[in-house]
Amino acid sequence: MLKYLIPLALFLVLVVFLAIGLGRDPHEVPSPLINKSAPAFRLAQLKDPSKTFSSEDMRGKVWILNVWASWCVSCRDEHPLLIEYARTGAVPIYGLNWKDKPEDALGWLAELGDPYVLSAADLDGRIAIDYGVYGAPETYLIDQSGTIRFKQIGPLTPDVWSNKILPLVQELNRQGTSR
Amino acid sequence: MIRSLLISVLLLGAVAPFAFAKEAQPAGDDPAVEQRLHKLSQELRCLVCQNETLADSRADLAEDLRREIREQIKAGKSDKEIIEFLTARYGQFILYRPQVTPTTYLLWFGPFVLLLGGLFLLFTYIKQRRDSVSEKPLSVEERRRAEELLASPSGKETT
Repeated sequence: MLKYLIPLALFLVLVVFLAIGLGRDPHEVPSPLINKSAPAFRLAQLKDPSKTFSSEDMRGKVWILNVWASWCVSCRDEHPLLIEYARTGAVPIYGLNWKDKPEDALGWLAELGDPYVLSAADLDGRIAIDYGVYGAPETYLIDQSGTIRFKQIGPLTPDVWSNKILPLVQELNRQGTSR
Repeated sequence: MIRSLLISVLLLGAVAPFAFAKEAQPAGDDPAVEQRLHKLSQELRCLVCQNETLADSRADLAEDLRREIREQIKAGKSDKEIIEFLTARYGQFILYRPQVTPTTYLLWFGPFVLLLGGLFLLFTYIKQRRDSVSEKPLSVEERRRAEELLASPSGKETT
């Protein structure tokens, strides 16, 4: 009896491993930046290049940095959700416009609406490299101390927004006010 | 008419190589830097097209990362520092040969553990078989039957 059970058990273990492997998206590479401080940057604002935006400006606030570009197809899919979430005012959403032509980016916002408090223009993609961006859209949740608490690779989904991001935002805000 | 056509085709042929020459990648000015960049980027994975090295990939991100590495080489950073810079941002995944850390023990040593396990099973199996299949000499009756079978012309059992 044991003679048959051992191979069966080994087979089942193999099946479980393969099932987990198949269920995973190989394009989702876990970021080593989670719970590390968000790389500092200062960039020109997309809408008014004479002004700058810095990650330091956001100290003491919980905020979202969303990496987007007008050439990015999935960003277009994600966009209506961002508009909706921005309207709720649960957490301020800032954009990092990644390797985009400013005129294309501005046209995109004019056509589809602008969910961002403001967008910073990362023209040559250097800041994106600091953030370990490899495929837009990517979304970072950054806390009061400037620590990255969550990263979504690929478009946000209602599930991720309401089950991961919103609870984290609430918890962070509660901690922030009690301190 | 035909002659002028032929001439224009020939002329086009003469110009075409220059048209393609423009497509070449802008090579760096310092061959030593380029060589180090090439060597280093062959160890690195392009995160967009994950089965390509950073050296081979034509993805935008790969180009940006190569530019970043080129600049860091020029700034006098060591290979180790550059790899640390990249893994801090993109994780171990960017390395084709991940470092040996507790999280990658299974990856590095798993195959050897499996090999040792397989060898162990094989040897115990062989030993068991050898113990169970002991060589007994044939009895007189068995030997007679065997000879009978060998002697029968068709080679088939006749009883």
